[in-house]
Amino acid sequence: MTWATLQALLSHWWRNPLQLFTLLAGLALATALWSGVQAVNAEARASYDAAAATLGEGQYDRLVRRDGQPMAQAIYVDLRRAGWLVSPIVQGRLDGVRIIGVDPLTAPSGIGPVAPAEGTDIAAFLTGDGQFFGTAETAAALPDLNVIITPETAPNTALTDIGVAQRVFAKSGQIDSLIVLPGQPKGRADLATLAPDLILQPAQGGSDIGRLTDSFHLNLTAFGLLSFAVGIFIVNGAIGLAFEQRRPVVRTLRALGLPLRQLVILMGAELMLFALIAGLIGVALGYVIAAVLLPDVAATLRGLYGADVSGTLQLRPVWWLSGLAIALGGTAIAAGGALYQMAKMPLLAAAQPRALAMAAGRRARVQGIAAAVLLGLSAIMMVTANGLIGGFTLLASLLIGAALALPLILDRILAGSSKAAKSVTAQWFWADTRQQLPGLSLALMALLLAMSANVGVSTMVSSFRLTFTDFLDQRLASELYIRTENEAQSAALIAFAKDRTDIVLPIQNVDTQVAGQPTEVFGARDHATYRDNWVFLEQSVDPWDTTFGGETVLINEQLSRRAGLNVGDEVTLQGTPFAIAGVYGDYGNPIGQAVIGEGVFATLYPDITPRNFGLRMDPASVPDFVADLEAATGIPATQSVNQASIKAISLGIFERTFTVTTALNVLTLAVAGFAILMSLLTLATMRVPQLAPAWAMGMTRAQIGRLELLRAVMLALLTAVVALPLGLALAWALLAVVNVAAFGWELPMYFFPMDYARLGLFALLAAALAALWPARRLARTPPADLLKVFSNER
Amino acid sequence: MNVKAFLLALFLPCTAMAQGFAGLGTDADGFTVPEPNPQFDFPADHGAHPDYRIEWWYLTANLTAEDGTPYGLQWTLFRSALAPEAGDGWTAPQLWMGHAAVTTPDNHYVTERLARGGIGQAGVTADPFEAWIDDWVLQGDWDTLRMTASAPDFAYDMALTAQGPLIFHGDAGYSVKSAAGQASYYYSQPFFAIEGTLQLPEGDIAVTGNAWLDREWSSQPLADNQTGWDWFSLSFDDGHKMMGFRLQQTDGNNFTSATWISPDGDTTPYTDGALVATPLAMSDDDVPVRWRVELPAQGVDVTVAAINENAWMTTSVPYWEGPVTVTGSHAGIGYLEMTGYE
Repeated sequence: MTWATLQALLSHWWRNPLQLFTLLAGLALATALWSGVQAVNAEARASYDAAAATLGEGQYDRLVRRDGQPMAQAIYVDLRRAGWLVSPIVQGRLDGVRIIGVDPLTAPSGIGPVAPAEGTDIAAFLTGDGQFFGTAETAAALPDLNVIITPETAPNTALTDIGVAQRVFAKSGQIDSLIVLPGQPKGRADLATLAPDLILQPAQGGSDIGRLTDSFHLNLTAFGLLSFAVGIFIVNGAIGLAFEQRRPVVRTLRALGLPLRQLVILMGAELMLFALIAGLIGVALGYVIAAVLLPDVAATLRGLYGADVSGTLQLRPVWWLSGLAIALGGTAIAAGGALYQMAKMPLLAAAQPRALAMAAGRRARVQGIAAAVLLGLSAIMMVTANGLIGGFTLLASLLIGAALALPLILDRILAGSSKAAKSVTAQWFWADTRQQLPGLSLALMALLLAMSANVGVSTMVSSFRLTFTDFLDQRLASELYIRTENEAQSAALIAFAKDRTDIVLPIQNVDTQVAGQPTEVFGARDHATYRDNWVFLEQSVDPWDTTFGGETVLINEQLSRRAGLNVGDEVTLQGTPFAIAGVYGDYGNPIGQAVIGEGVFATLYPDITPRNFGLRMDPASVPDFVADLEAATGIPATQSVNQASIKAISLGIFERTFTVTTALNVLTLAVAGFAILMSLLTLATMRVPQLAPAWAMGMTRAQIGRLELLRAVMLALLTAVVALPLGLALAWALLAVVNVAAFGWELPMYFFPMDYARLGLFALLAAALAALWPARRLARTPPADLLKVFSNER
Repeated sequence: MNVKAFLLALFLPCTAMAQGFAGLGTDADGFTVPEPNPQFDFPADHGAHPDYRIEWWYLTANLTAEDGTPYGLQWTLFRSALAPEAGDGWTAPQLWMGHAAVTTPDNHYVTERLARGGIGQAGVTADPFEAWIDDWVLQGDWDTLRMTASAPDFAYDMALTAQGPLIFHGDAGYSVKSAAGQASYYYSQPFFAIEGTLQLPEGDIAVTGNAWLDREWSSQPLADNQTGWDWFSLSFDDGHKMMGFRLQQTDGNNFTSATWISPDGDTTPYTDGALVATPLAMSDDDVPVRWRVELPAQGVDVTVAAINENAWMTTSVPYWEGPVTVTGSHAGIGYLEMTGYE
């Protein structure tokens, strides 16, 4: 009986291979997008973990020389002998690979080759045998070195003994930085007395690379989730349709005495089998997507945040298992409703379009209420949500609520149009569209989600880009930056630069505390560089006038948020009160920052003399200036940084981020277009009875076909109109709620009408393409088939 | 005598330990080997001997606070050579390891330091004598010494004053370790009076007591079939002292050795079999923390019991080391070290 039942159930798919294809393809695509994005994320994260383990990057405080130069090795020994538990690091780049020299005896556990691979000869390692540890890729990049392949090393990084690193980089007796171990002994001497040239760089905690890259990963994850939601809508549609169409089979089976329970179990098992197959295909596809995207993602992250990400992909169980799980879970969600309905619906209810529409009418109320509740909830959350969970709840309720509301909104619009229509054809068109709506609504919901996800994520990513480029302009405004070694060099530089530059801007700062928060206070010289380039999130009437006048202070967003300070509030520096005149965005900076005028800075911090200078000049004259400066004052070119070129490079790399986003955009739209195609194809066969009367009354088949195409485009257009505000709300939630919750700063939101228009066009194009074939099929329906409708009364 | 140091001497090459250990007992890879009838040269021999594979400066002390609470203290500097030369810079083949510990009746504080030999971070100079690793020092002229160590949770600063002569174990300082003839150079200063302050999480505690400083170096310390070590340094109330050790062998037998020290520093060495040490009770983690120790030739039959049973040295290679009380034919205090139980 079981076998016979299964055969009966499966026979449906043999007779409707297209539906089977829709189901499998929809699920596979959804899984592919999800697992592709997850793979990219997982790979990148694994790379960071390896980097953190190799280097302890950001985990530990570090001591470096104030001027950034290497320190004498004797300082290391002095510090150790004074009780400081520090471990020396020598690093550099060799053929593009970062080489890190460590002392395994003093390095914190978890750093360096503390658990060396089998057969490692530690004695040889310590006595300068020149062993390096790195991944296979790193080994390939350093063919002349003895690289022992250690997969857990960070990408593009080779570890070696500090003595070897000193030799390779000709840094004999020199050390670049000292890691400060956690848990320092009692009674160690003060750093300022022991090594006045050194400064402590606090552990960067979660604030540096991790935070910024997390932001990027969060975007990708959100995108993956939305893509999956789109896929699930397709699956839901396909399953719902299959169940409707199999109602006669179900009726027959039940009449033959098959218990409902067994039927439900069998149908469930059948679906899970499909889910498993589709999931496997999806994971494989996801691997391909990830493999194609990963080099770009790696380049993006390396360029943007300086994080090295391995450019190759490993098949990680975490993500392919999660891909399978989500395929199975998604199918379960999509099928649950259909199975429940089958169990509850009267056995004899008809299973044809009109009945579908009527059933939809009954469901509409429930759906409407659910949509209203969810949208109401998201309206409340928009005002109140402030955590990460709140942010995601907001996203979810907004998306699901809008998706559920979509058929109702479209139905109202169509009903209105129907009333307004004058001609009979128009009236039929609107009425017929309305009747088709229930069958198409799932595909349209998928399109809605795909479009709004695209609008939302594009808005967010583009806002991020715009903000970041503005920020680069603001912060790297000077054409040339020069660091001096001492007062004499500073004086020489100022004298030399006086006639050859527009202005010399000293960059001086002091690390202190403001309102209990660790803060860098900067003293700025009155110049248009600041007035023209800096963007404020909040400001008083003329913040620069009062700040350069020494009366007010400008603070960054981090300090503002953490200390609860706003424009008009007062902060105290060295006992002097200053009113806050402006709050500026300071992206990616982990700590607070404050800017005061140069004059008042000199009064408050007389011991600080500027060692860094920004020079404004014609960008073209920068190379000559640097050469002449060295000739005239002996300040070497290595002490200057041509920021214009750096900015150009970083912006160029930034563009690659968006190739990733664009690729994902195209994919989700393709998935949604596919959903429309499948829905229309399925509906087409059922629609012949509806079309036959229209044909009989004199419409040509070509006319009917054109109307079909028009209908699809019109529905897509209406969906696009709903998708735009939804996408913007989504972007807002991502930028103003999720980003703040995750990273502590809000990204300003910008609008990109041209992008939205292009996206809308793509969506219409996708819908038109999807409708083309079904419309052609309808237009070519043999008249005999249309006639049959009248002879074969159902 | 701290044979676990022979194991610990290989502390770094944890993965290389097996091969290193196997190679160590039998041949010496160009390292100098101890010979009978040593002629010591002081103060030079208080310093390092880089042509020998391993060496240590090993101090243990039994201390008492003003309120009568007993404490134990350890300060140890190990040297391990990868090649028989001193060298300079990071590639110098001399490695150093420091262990410091304070044992109270309820707690056991331990810390460890590691350093490379060629850069000045750790080392030993003979004249003036200074043994150091990082900020830890043992320095002075051996009549008086200053000793410090620090850790995140404890520190100490102690002054030592010698109240007797150096004593030499085995045959005038040539100490045999197995029937096959493995040996080391081994002498001690067991007559130090010690006083100073322990900085513990419980607070600063002023203490006084006596300390025992061991010096030992070798290149071929253990036989292939020897797996662990039980070492006793006992100070009896009548002024006599005794050093004894028992090497555990894979065949279930032991190799024992002892030195009997009179109050004025005269020594009587005892070869294998004269000393008998029998475990009486095991701690929760299966370490014998009560022993019956017998040296019939001197009428010694005592029970040695740990003051704190949980005196594990949680260092690169773990071992047990802590203060003990002595009762029976002779009463007193002392130190016990056990390896091969982890």
